[in-house]
Amino acid sequence: MASVKTVAGLVAAAAMLGTSTLSYAATDISWWHAMGGRLGEVVVDISNGFNASQQACSITPVFKGTYEETLTAGIAAFRAGEQPNILQVFDAGAATIIGAPGAVVPAQDILEGAGVAFNKDDYIEGVRNFYADSAGKMIGMPFNSSTPILYYNVDALKKAGVEAPKTWEEFEAIAPKLKEAGYVPLAQSHLPWIFTENFMSRHNQQFATNNNGYDGAEGTKLVFGEPIKNHFKAVKGWLDQGYFGFYGTGWDDNQTPFNKGEVAMWLGSSGSFGGISKTVEFPFSATYLPYWGSVEGAGTGTFIGGAALFSMAGKPDGENKCVASFFEYLTSPEVQYMWHKETGYVPITNAAYELAKKDGYYETAPAAEIGIKQLTLPGGEWTKGYRMGFYVQIRDVMNREYGKILSGETSVDEGFATIEADGNKLLERFAKTTAN
Amino acid sequence: MKKVLFQSRLVPYLLLFPQLSIVIVFFLWPAAEAVRASFYLEDPFGFGSTFVGFDNFVDTVTSTDYGRVARFTAVFTSLVTFLSLGLALLLAVKADKVLRGSSTYKTLLMWVYAVAPPVAGLIGVLLFDQHVGPIVDFVAIFGWNLNIGVDYYDTAFAMTVTAVWKQVPVNFIFFLSGLQGISKSVQEAASIDCRSGFRRFWTVTFPLLAPTGFFLLIINITYAFFDTFGIVDILVKNEPGNNPVTLVYKVYLDGFRGNDLGGSSAQSVILMALVFILTVIQFRLIERRVHYN
Repeated sequence: MASVKTVAGLVAAAAMLGTSTLSYAATDISWWHAMGGRLGEVVVDISNGFNASQQACSITPVFKGTYEETLTAGIAAFRAGEQPNILQVFDAGAATIIGAPGAVVPAQDILEGAGVAFNKDDYIEGVRNFYADSAGKMIGMPFNSSTPILYYNVDALKKAGVEAPKTWEEFEAIAPKLKEAGYVPLAQSHLPWIFTENFMSRHNQQFATNNNGYDGAEGTKLVFGEPIKNHFKAVKGWLDQGYFGFYGTGWDDNQTPFNKGEVAMWLGSSGSFGGISKTVEFPFSATYLPYWGSVEGAGTGTFIGGAALFSMAGKPDGENKCVASFFEYLTSPEVQYMWHKETGYVPITNAAYELAKKDGYYETAPAAEIGIKQLTLPGGEWTKGYRMGFYVQIRDVMNREYGKILSGETSVDEGFATIEADGNKLLERFAKTTAN
Repeated sequence: MKKVLFQSRLVPYLLLFPQLSIVIVFFLWPAAEAVRASFYLEDPFGFGSTFVGFDNFVDTVTSTDYGRVARFTAVFTSLVTFLSLGLALLLAVKADKVLRGSSTYKTLLMWVYAVAPPVAGLIGVLLFDQHVGPIVDFVAIFGWNLNIGVDYYDTAFAMTVTAVWKQVPVNFIFFLSGLQGISKSVQEAASIDCRSGFRRFWTVTFPLLAPTGFFLLIINITYAFFDTFGIVDILVKNEPGNNPVTLVYKVYLDGFRGNDLGGSSAQSVILMALVFILTVIQFRLIERRVHYN
């Protein structure tokens, strides 16, 4: 379905392109993305909007499959000299593309080179640094940015007579009541992202040496403190007592029971908002990702997940100028607000956030503001993100070991020891790929 | 018979050229490239690479997960091969004896052959789905909480069932034609000598089916090893997690999903060696016992 829609969109884009080339020889630029379904339609809308807004450039979006498939397609194309102008790369692939010297032209350079005013402080707090290098220069242009938040079934909580929890201690207090009311109290859709990466950020805990990996690949090692191990011990306990539902590694497998009203609270992406509001038949709302009140310094903000747009190197200046003007269009408050409203992803600039507030959007849909509010919570030393290579495999290792922990095949301490050993081995191997 | 000789010595080479060039471009060249890449750790974009000797092989073999994946692959391959050959043989022997409505019966058994592995996987996913799968609901009646994607062995079970279901028709077609190729006079002579149908099958029919069986054994091992990729991929939904995967799927995960070119090349070199050894064993040891006439 997704590809059919994309094809339809492409035909529409091509038709528009046809009309504009009658009078001008527009510079064509390509954009490979991983946005399927409804998101893909909005991507096509944005591209059409850009093509209609000016005559000099024409952008063509191409759907390339999942995040992993899109990155791999981009790499293969780059090696063959056939790379697109813009490649969408997801959070876990950031180290791969940023670590390759000369694969991309930094977004900041692209914009400044084309004479577009650029100020990093225009971007919201949790977005600004994730795709930047250690000096703070923005390499990737954040695009679909989301953060994990807690969705809850309003009816379920009312029936149990409880409030949505702010901390995990509060959750432990209300979970038995929700269970009594006939619900599985909690589920989540992405253990590495929600219960690991953002757990570290929410509790201001170090995740890796070398400044969470930003200072270079060599010698970067994973750091797991007591708080995260205790968290997983608690989660395993919840699972055994029926306070937590685990439906495997697949995102949808865990979201479906919430959509069907079996699970009372679900940890998902702020970008899930659009999809949920179209699917569920019960009133729902959202709140911040809970944290452990017992951990000192906890309650800091989270960072973004999702993906960024990278301007691939090796393209003529004329095309790079078009990429710059597309980035400028994309980050304009109006486009960001439209993207935010249609998809639930957060607006990446302060101006767009202000526009949404001024428009009164959050008065009608307060849950849509949770993600951005959480991203703008006060940060700490370890809240700007992480940068680690072969991170896709490291996430696979986490998923495997977490699966073993939850099914009782291994203990929490042994599981984390394996993640550390396998993860550090992968990091060490990655460091050798970039050393020339 | 009159000997036919080519006029020029070049002509045979010319006739062989298309076939050889395909082998070189699509097999030898990529294989050589894989062997080369397995000794390097390379930046996926191709900017830099470090020669690491046998490190990739050592890292692969010593990693905590590789042993488990290899064991699963061995068990999975044996189970799929044994079950799909056994079931197909049973069905073919029975189908051979059906007198009325045999074509309907045969068509019903054969149509699955036309289903592509990813589609078979998709059907498997639907049947075994945690939330809506009818098989899950069915086994729940007997108190089995089948949990695909969460429980390692349940996922392995679903993979094996789907892979066998997909392969039985192929074997069925070959076994049936093999059975029909056994001459009536041999069968009649056998039924005069021996009254037990079971014994007749093992002493007369089965040896005569051996060439077909040997061919199918090779085809099935290859199938379980390589062609089940689509089924595995669809069943784990691109997120391996704590699910069983085959060695071939792991090459894909590390190479194409994780962009670890060196590690994934080392794994594929190991696979190449395995397949080579397997082929030698098959032809040296098993084929000797097969009689073609």
